[in-house]
Amino acid sequence: MMLFRLNPSVGVPIYLQLMEQVKHAIETGALQPGDQLPGIRPLAEELVMNPNTVAKAYRELEHEGVIELRHGAGAFVTANARAGKLADKLKQAQSIVAGAVDRLRAQRLSEEEIRRLFEAELSARRGGRRG
Amino acid sequence: MAEEWIVEANGLRKTYDGFEALGGLDLQVPRGSICGFLGRNGAGKTTTIKILLGMTAPASGSARVFGLDATQAQPSVEIRRRTGFVSEDKDLYDSMTVAEITRFTASFYPRWRRDLQEKYLRRFELPQERRVKALSRGMRTKLALMLALCRGAELLILDEPTSGLDPAMAEEVLQALVGHVAREEMTIFFSSHQLTEVDQIGDRIVIIDRGRAVVTGALDDLRESFRRVQLVFDGAAPAAEFRAANITRVQRNGRVISLLVSANADAVVDEARAWNPASIEVTPVTLKEIFLESIRMEGD
Repeated sequence: MMLFRLNPSVGVPIYLQLMEQVKHAIETGALQPGDQLPGIRPLAEELVMNPNTVAKAYRELEHEGVIELRHGAGAFVTANARAGKLADKLKQAQSIVAGAVDRLRAQRLSEEEIRRLFEAELSARRGGRRG
Repeated sequence: MAEEWIVEANGLRKTYDGFEALGGLDLQVPRGSICGFLGRNGAGKTTTIKILLGMTAPASGSARVFGLDATQAQPSVEIRRRTGFVSEDKDLYDSMTVAEITRFTASFYPRWRRDLQEKYLRRFELPQERRVKALSRGMRTKLALMLALCRGAELLILDEPTSGLDPAMAEEVLQALVGHVAREEMTIFFSSHQLTEVDQIGDRIVIIDRGRAVVTGALDDLRESFRRVQLVFDGAAPAAEFRAANITRVQRNGRVISLLVSANADAVVDEARAWNPASIEVTPVTLKEIFLESIRMEGD
């Protein structure tokens, strides 16, 4: 399985690169909840990288709840890996909405007007798709 | 004694004919790491390795391997027994065949790993009946490495393990080393001029220059903490003096000031704001840049 490509010379810690690529693989569906990840040793050997670095990435991913290390059996993508991803996304979205609301407030629009604007925009898009 | 460090040296000094090879070298290699040992030719790498193996004595300072004193005769025998060493020249008996030198070497080591011997002879495709002197450079390197790996050593000291190898063979050697460390309890300390391979398989580095360690640490920590901070000004860059610690290098060029920061770039950025630059850019730094900047610090 050659899912991961690491580049030591970009100045980003290797364990972070590996973590990002595991998360990306989950996001794109290349890795699904319950899937097994390669063991630390085989992965280190395959990618010709330091086993301690792979171990560190796996530990951090476990800490974040993305994978689960089962003793002796290896590493598995957790059932809620995707849910975690969605929670992250909603959190980011929240701050976008907050920013938009702040700007509209600065234009002296009322809460009710803002609500109507959001709803109008959403329904205009629904209509757009239908048409 | 805590066995956290497999190799630990403090204040090593050594002079050859008035030339100071080591000028107070400090060195720590933690158990289980793959530690790259970097420096220019003549920086003191080979002298350091010789001291660790008890092949030469320092003028002053201490050197311990497995907690044993490398400067004393008896402990250094023990150190050599537990360490696999591959020299830069890959010293081997030229007149023996591969099979003969394997048997010969095995006879010295009670913990010889016949399983690994079979594995690496196959994997490296070493021709058993060929004489050592007839081996290509790559084959010779792989043979020397095989002999070192099979000794059941706890520490592998390699002096430029891949020098002179083509990229495919170098990769094969690196892969064998990584696989070996992953499976066995093993620490590797290797010198190299190949920054990309140190970047690839190392988790720690020591950079030495003029007989002193100038950078020591975990590679991922260095990747995380080293930053280049570039300040662009509307007019000529001011002759700013920075108070922040950890600034390794300052370069001024017209409107631009470029700073190499070894840690805590945020503090430097905060300080830089006081000079009102038109823009501040913070970018990661590669091992190559860290190496080149740290070995010329004192020179200019």
